Amino acid sequence: MRLSPLNQRRWRNFKANRRAYWSLWIFLLLYGITLCAELIANDRPLLVKYNGEYYTPFLKFYSEQTFGGDLRTEAKYSAVEVQCLIASAGSLDCWDDPEGILAEVTEKDTALGEPVNAGWIIAPIIPYRFDTIVDTGGVAPGPPSRQNWLGTDDTSRDILARVIYGFRLSVSFALVVTLLTSIIGIIAGAVQGYFGGLTDLIFQRVIELWGSMPSLYVIIIVTAFWEKSVLLLVILMVIFGWTSLVGVVRAEFLRARNFEYVRAARALGVGDIQIMFRHMLPNAMVATLTMLPFIITGTIGSLAMLDYLGFGLPSSAPSLGQLSRQAQGNLQAPWLAWTAFFTFAVMLSLLVFIFEGIRDAFDPRKTFR
Amino acid sequence: MFDDGPRPLVQVQDLRMYFPIFSGIFRRHTGDVKAVDGISFDIVEGETLGLVGESGCGKSTVGRALLRLYNITSGRVIIDGEDVASLGPEALRKKRPTMQMVFQDPQASLNPRMTLARIIGEPLNEHTDWSTARKLDRIYELMDAVGLNRRFANRYPHEFSGGQRQRIGIARALALNPKFIVCDEPIAALDVSIQAQVVNLLEDLQEKLGLTYLFISHDLSMVRHIADRVAVMYLGRIAELSPRDPLYAKPLHPYAEALLSAVNEPDPVRAANRRRIILTGDVPSPANPPKGCNFCTRCPKVFDRCRTEKPELREVETGRFVACHLFDDKPQAAGSTGASEANERNQQGVTQ
Repeated sequence: MRLSPLNQRRWRNFKANRRAYWSLWIFLLLYGITLCAELIANDRPLLVKYNGEYYTPFLKFYSEQTFGGDLRTEAKYSAVEVQCLIASAGSLDCWDDPEGILAEVTEKDTALGEPVNAGWIIAPIIPYRFDTIVDTGGVAPGPPSRQNWLGTDDTSRDILARVIYGFRLSVSFALVVTLLTSIIGIIAGAVQGYFGGLTDLIFQRVIELWGSMPSLYVIIIVTAFWEKSVLLLVILMVIFGWTSLVGVVRAEFLRARNFEYVRAARALGVGDIQIMFRHMLPNAMVATLTMLPFIITGTIGSLAMLDYLGFGLPSSAPSLGQLSRQAQGNLQAPWLAWTAFFTFAVMLSLLVFIFEGIRDAFDPRKTFR
Repeated sequence: MFDDGPRPLVQVQDLRMYFPIFSGIFRRHTGDVKAVDGISFDIVEGETLGLVGESGCGKSTVGRALLRLYNITSGRVIIDGEDVASLGPEALRKKRPTMQMVFQDPQASLNPRMTLARIIGEPLNEHTDWSTARKLDRIYELMDAVGLNRRFANRYPHEFSGGQRQRIGIARALALNPKFIVCDEPIAALDVSIQAQVVNLLEDLQEKLGLTYLFISHDLSMVRHIADRVAVMYLGRIAELSPRDPLYAKPLHPYAEALLSAVNEPDPVRAANRRRIILTGDVPSPANPPKGCNFCTRCPKVFDRCRTEKPELREVETGRFVACHLFDDKPQAAGSTGASEANERNQQGVTQ
């Protein structure tokens, strides 16, 4: 895809802002990493070689029987017995002395002196998922250690794993909500601005009524009715968030509806919808784009707030807001608060820097070298 | 006036375009700006009708109303046998290819985010189901017709000069082989050196494609160059509608006379001797036009009847239509008689 000269200039302007440019790359890197969270923080190994065959447990279910065990439930890869079974191609002696056999196989490829088809396990860097209960052997909010780099939370789950999944969830949630609210908001604003008059008048009053609804209480009530889930929260956020873009888009369309090229398009017999989205929207996009950053950061903030209050995502979900709530309840464990704070600080700062760059790059009045 | 020979392509009958004024807390309808107040004319196929008048007299409103860019207040606009004013949305869309417009400001009438090829191709996208290759052929053909280099197809409007932009606007108007084109001051935004090029292009195209123009302009010498007949508008009404040469030689309506006396005269000897009529005072508000003739507040030849009765447009010589009581069947004594009482109405006619 080739960029138009205008967009090329914008990209140059964006690059000229070093802080925004590097923030973009760092953010993309972080988000890219967290998008592959299953490969980095997971309680199932990435690849297992057992008895000469390869298995990918992070994608597929394998029972313990697959590896020569007794249970039909999923193999517990963190258990030393299972590790021994895999290494020794299902040697039955693993039930007696798993550590000894494991050490022997790793060293000499034999189990109790008999040669075996030795296997191995490639585990992710962080062998916990966001909902894995870690057996630390200590109290619940455990401090940072070799095993849990950022400590554990109040139900003994690895915080680093939760932060990785939580970052992904927060950003993805914000992007999805922003996308949906912008689509609805742009359509609503475009219709109002383009047709104007009575349509505009009525629509505007409806939006005023809608906007004065206390959305937090509605969300609290609704989450009391239905089970909490990401989907429900997305729907609620979109229902109450779509009005934020209407004003800007409406203003742009009110301005543009009497432009000569719009009149020219009308004289050519171009339909209303085509005029709105082919002629007017691209020209109204700059103002719209400068609004989007506020919506994205605002959505991340609202999600964190709802989670903090306990009305957001279900408690098992990896949520940064919930981490803050735990931090408040466990002041003796400051690593909770620090992690929550730094994650939010880094995420929001990067986003703000990027959007500052985008806004400047789209500003036609700003001149660059 | 014309025998059975040339057929009128455009017939405008008693066209009125009022813009409502709302005021007060309840936004009540308290009046109308009578931008176009009952005008009628025909345009014959292949003809160019010039529409002249000063700023704000309703010229552009007529042009836009003809193409139904406004929903007119009343009247009929029959273009190629169909009343455009009463067509439904879909029928109107089907009708659009026959009637097109060239806009005043070529900069503003081209979408800055679209390339030349997309701008010219847009009417084709809307009204044809041609293949991409066939559309591109047509786009190139149109670019050749208006004298634009084919290499420019992927450029944006801001990369062109004013004259080139107006050519793009003309190419877009021509894309669907229209019969009737409204040229709404197509040269007003151009340099004088470019104006002639664009007007000549319009004339060439008319000859080649048999187009019919409504040429709206305040540039009287340009209208003289291009138009076959000329309608002079004043405050929403037609003052005089005459063939070009008789009108420029001897305008009948006092307003036309005053207006045409402002045309520059290339011959210095004649220029030195010519009589210029300078109108004083302002144009009355179209929201509250004078009771009688619209021109009665500024007319140098005003008399009593002008202030009470609106003159109708009637044929006074062959093909010449004038809306003035001076040319009624039993003309009253003009000019001098009314002048003495005229002062009270604050209307001035100064002659040099």
